[in-house]
Amino acid sequence: MNVSSPGASREGTPSARKHLASLFRATEIDARLLGLLGALALIWIGVDLMSGGAFLTPRNLWNLSVQTASVAVMAAGMVLVIVARHIDLSVGSILGVVGMIMGVTQAELLPRYLGYEHPLIWLVALAVGLAVGAAIGLLQGLIVAYLGVPAFIVTLGGLLVWRGCAWWITSGRTVAPMDDAFRRMGGGIDGSIGAGWTWALAVVALAAIVWRTLHARRRRQAAGFALRPAWAEVTVAGLAGLAVLAVVLVVNSYDLPPRVAERLAAARGLVVPPEGLAIAHGLAVPVLIAIAVAIVVAFLARRTRFGRYVFALGGNPEAAELSGVDTRRVTVLVFVLMGTLCAVAAAISTARLDAATNAQGTLDELYVIAATVIGGTSLGGGLGTVVGAVLGALIMQSLQSGMVLMGLDTPLQNIVVGIVLVMAVWLDRLYRARAFKGGAA
Amino acid sequence: MSDAMGSTTAPLVELRGMRISFGGVQAVDGVSLALHGGEVVGLLGHNGAGKSTLIKMLSGAYRPDSGEIRIDGQPASIRSPRDARRYGIETIYQSLALAENLDASANLFLGRELRTAWGTLDDVAMEVETRAVMARLVPHFAGFKEPVRALSGGQRQAVAIARAIHFNARVLIMDEPTAALGPQETRQVGDLVVQLKKEGIGIFLISHDIHDVFDLADRVAVMKNGRLVGTAATRAVTKDEVLGMIILGTCPAGATPGPGTAVAERA
Repeated sequence: MNVSSPGASREGTPSARKHLASLFRATEIDARLLGLLGALALIWIGVDLMSGGAFLTPRNLWNLSVQTASVAVMAAGMVLVIVARHIDLSVGSILGVVGMIMGVTQAELLPRYLGYEHPLIWLVALAVGLAVGAAIGLLQGLIVAYLGVPAFIVTLGGLLVWRGCAWWITSGRTVAPMDDAFRRMGGGIDGSIGAGWTWALAVVALAAIVWRTLHARRRRQAAGFALRPAWAEVTVAGLAGLAVLAVVLVVNSYDLPPRVAERLAAARGLVVPPEGLAIAHGLAVPVLIAIAVAIVVAFLARRTRFGRYVFALGGNPEAAELSGVDTRRVTVLVFVLMGTLCAVAAAISTARLDAATNAQGTLDELYVIAATVIGGTSLGGGLGTVVGAVLGALIMQSLQSGMVLMGLDTPLQNIVVGIVLVMAVWLDRLYRARAFKGGAA
Repeated sequence: MSDAMGSTTAPLVELRGMRISFGGVQAVDGVSLALHGGEVVGLLGHNGAGKSTLIKMLSGAYRPDSGEIRIDGQPASIRSPRDARRYGIETIYQSLALAENLDASANLFLGRELRTAWGTLDDVAMEVETRAVMARLVPHFAGFKEPVRALSGGQRQAVAIARAIHFNARVLIMDEPTAALGPQETRQVGDLVVQLKKEGIGIFLISHDIHDVFDLADRVAVMKNGRLVGTAATRAVTKDEVLGMIILGTCPAGATPGPGTAVAERA
């Protein structure tokens, strides 16, 4: 919009910058996403330096990925909730009550009929959990959509109600241990897929990246739209491929503890070589679950009518209504999805802890909302991405475990996280105000 | 005049005795009005006269307390905006009713998305069609990837108009269509109205300003305090006479008085 006047004094540098900017625009990479990745890189390098190289190790990064999974799963759902101009303060409590129900189901109810370690136990427990999570979401969604009670209040009530229910189920008693198969969803030694499968998945991911790039290009070509320059396509696809390879290399260089490796080798009838055995963890199951959830929710958000309506509802509820969108139904579905994802997160964290406690997920609502907002989702509604929220979760967790590695006190950790949250949203506002002013060219 | 003998003689849209109140205020009080195919009816009145409210009952945004809507002489049940669209009734709202965070194509197809064989959104196909419609309305429009928020007032208006005319509308409701536009864009909207009229579309033009509609409309209908002052063919009355209808609620000789006429209180 700002046409440069003939007497403009600054010429040389702005035009060079403009050239760079146009090159960057050709790649169609979301600048905000790049900002998040930059922030993550800064935190990782900074914490690594300050902790004497303890942060950027395969072992720590692998743990980081497992610790992020549960919040990332819920943050993916929270994107849609916030985009639709709502909020869900009850996610931590839903996680608590669903985790408790899954714990009791597998450790106390089912063994009575099936016996311990029956192969169906983990499946039934998970299915019960998902159903309860969806039902809680449905109830809250119905109250928000049809009774017109603001989501803030409904889920604030939910925060108390579901936490109370979690306590009530066993009168506060902790339930443990979990079923062996169920425990795999939490990571740990049995909960990773090993180097071979990790490579296999990487090949699938690389193929998907190539297919997507070519498919999108062909569609644009067929429709007669302007194409991205070939170098830009190659750069973007190449960067995505490199990211996949980096993840594989990291998780495949974190080996199982020697004694576990030996036990595993013995079980498989392998001979342990004299220099010791190196069996890699590979990707952890909870991380796989989180990745799958992120892909599914991102697909829902961007490629389906439901997702389009969620964004339309967040952008202008009246317009969505007048366009014939059943806004109430969309609202209910958003909360059902959120409840279901809380159940997925509950499975991950119960499995990881190998126990269900009534305090599980306490304060998670704050971490989930913070991750979502740091990831660029606007609390005003209508704006947000799933990949941003997942990165936001990773940033939050990196800060947290980084500070633990550096030996900071818990109160100080909270102070830092709080400040980072406020600053992240402030920076996002600044960026958006600038992009909006200059964007209408 | 009551029951349709054949669909050829029946008006395209007929509103009969429409009534609605909000919290004890009778916003629309027994208004009857007809619209024929290829006809432009200017609906005039002060702000708060009940024009928009009347029309929102036709577009499905409000449900009337009583009254009947007939399309082609047949009673129509319009309980939601989706129902209205099914009858070919499209509305361009004064507020434009655009989702500001979505691009032109997403807005144009909102509620009627094109989908691929797998049921996913077919964004490419929608953009192709959007480009075609928009080319007709705004020749040099290029902001297809921008959220509507980043477009100019005229471009946003064009998106709203494109959405209304793209799906073979039979009845078009334009609520203050030129309120936010400059003179050139206003003329474009006028040209469009003439063109759509030729295609046989019935058009309600709603305005509080008589100059906006007098030259375009075949008939004017004037409302005051929720009631119909009267209707008149624009040939048969002068602008001053219509102004009298709007301001005083009087009905001139060339007009058909309605229940809201100030002079002759007849039904």
